Amino acid sequence: MAIILREAGYTYPDGSEAVRSVDLHVDDGERLALVGQNGAGKTTTVKMMNGLLKPTRGEVLVDGSMTRGRTTASIAKTVGYVFQNPDDQVFNRDVRTELEFMPRYHGWDERKRAERVERAAALAGISDHLDTNPKDLPFATRKFVAIAAVLVGECGYVILDEPTAGLDVVGLSLLNRMIDQLEADGVAVVTITHDMRFVVESFSRVVAMADGNVVADGGCAEVFSDDAVLAEARIKRPEVAQLARDLGLSSTALTIRDVAPLIP
Amino acid sequence: MVLVSLHDVRFTYAFTERPALDGVTLELEPGLLHGVVGMNASGKSTLCALIRGVVPHFHEGTLEGDVQVLGRDLSDWDPADLSQTIGCVFDNPFTQISGIKDTVFEEIAIGLENLGVPREAMIQRVKEVVERLGLQALIRKNPNELSGGQRQKVAFASIIAMDTDFIVIDEPTSQLDPEASEEIFGVIDQLRRHGKSVVLVEHKIDLLARYADSIVVMKEGRVVMHGPTRDVLTSDALLDANVPPPEVTALARDLADAGKELPFMPITRSEAYQAISRRMEGRPRGHHTA
Repeated sequence: MAIILREAGYTYPDGSEAVRSVDLHVDDGERLALVGQNGAGKTTTVKMMNGLLKPTRGEVLVDGSMTRGRTTASIAKTVGYVFQNPDDQVFNRDVRTELEFMPRYHGWDERKRAERVERAAALAGISDHLDTNPKDLPFATRKFVAIAAVLVGECGYVILDEPTAGLDVVGLSLLNRMIDQLEADGVAVVTITHDMRFVVESFSRVVAMADGNVVADGGCAEVFSDDAVLAEARIKRPEVAQLARDLGLSSTALTIRDVAPLIP
Repeated sequence: MVLVSLHDVRFTYAFTERPALDGVTLELEPGLLHGVVGMNASGKSTLCALIRGVVPHFHEGTLEGDVQVLGRDLSDWDPADLSQTIGCVFDNPFTQISGIKDTVFEEIAIGLENLGVPREAMIQRVKEVVERLGLQALIRKNPNELSGGQRQKVAFASIIAMDTDFIVIDEPTSQLDPEASEEIFGVIDQLRRHGKSVVLVEHKIDLLARYADSIVVMKEGRVVMHGPTRDVLTSDALLDANVPPPEVTALARDLADAGKELPFMPITRSEAYQAISRRMEGRPRGHHTA
């Protein structure tokens, strides 16, 4: 089972070509971070993965079937997409109703629905807010409501668009625990992020985009050691990774855990 | 004149029980860049809203204690005057965009338009800001069709265009890529160099380490520390407030725990380069990059 993009491209109706030609393979249970400048084509690429956009060139397959010709709603059962802005996604009057939206769409019975809602709420740390109106919650908590509303559907793939924006250290650790649990459940996690420290600490594979194309696809150490790729995608190494390199200690050490032992 | 002076300030939003600000005493000097850090819901945004008069004039609630902004009691300020005196960039660019303008160019001009700036001067000013922030490619677009990062830049531009001496900015880079974040900080730094006063809420602590003059640490509606950037970022109070130190400071702390103390506690990468080089007997094998 996989999401496969084959020479997939997308041109918006106004003529702007957001994604030129992307080949990408996302397997079950893997963790992939999509990085690059604002406007590099990251969001358009993930929107093609869950069928919000259908490629205008090439093709996208989800678990073997082409997204073109399928409804977004049917693809969303397999590929969940958490929007960058929770207010684009969360619309119900209380958190419980928001979380029950997908289970109702699946047609699950009441018991299964309640079980799934409770599990997703616990995983996202929002169990105490089930009867609250999402609009009364702080932005960071609304983000977790949006994430839980997708997790509850038990998709095989979860896409997180800028999940760390606006999160503090507690929110970040909750997010990391959640991603670990998703991996343990065999769910693939694809994230779009500008937070390179989050990338190297939480993701094994990184795909860098620039100008609507993939310019690198590999392990974090490989991608972050390539100056040409970083320049083309206009991204930077995490601070300690750059420091280790400047000091001539290592070109592949990326985290504090990697760098500290190298200093005599 | 003190920029902002708060004495034992409490503010509780209407229909809530827990105060968002709970006994805040704080003095901010003019002409400096003051960073504000803290966990979500620690009171940072309410502090910004209070300085700007949005609290309690727009968001109602119970305010106690003394609040002085630019030497005048907050209750003596006319909200409209305050909004023209202090530029304010909110934390959510999706709500800051007015929604009533057809192009980014007009959106950036909206503050100037409200101030009654003559048309030619307004156009000239917007052009300067557009160039300074590299927004040329966006000026004809509809603001409602922009990405989160683009909206954030436009919201920032519209405030910069107003050219106020005091600017309050709530998380201006949350949606931006690292290069654009650096650009925004570059512009904020320029403002400070031109004598403007800036209060800046920001999670990107590595950037605050490089640019801020002072840091205010908030926790549960209280100010738990306020002081020069270096003192705050190397303090335990920061960790107690659950705010991560700069990555290089965290590295130095880990090294100290492992018995590999550095000659001084770095808060920026260039400082860490020097400190570690010194520990390695001043013979680094590489070279520092900007």
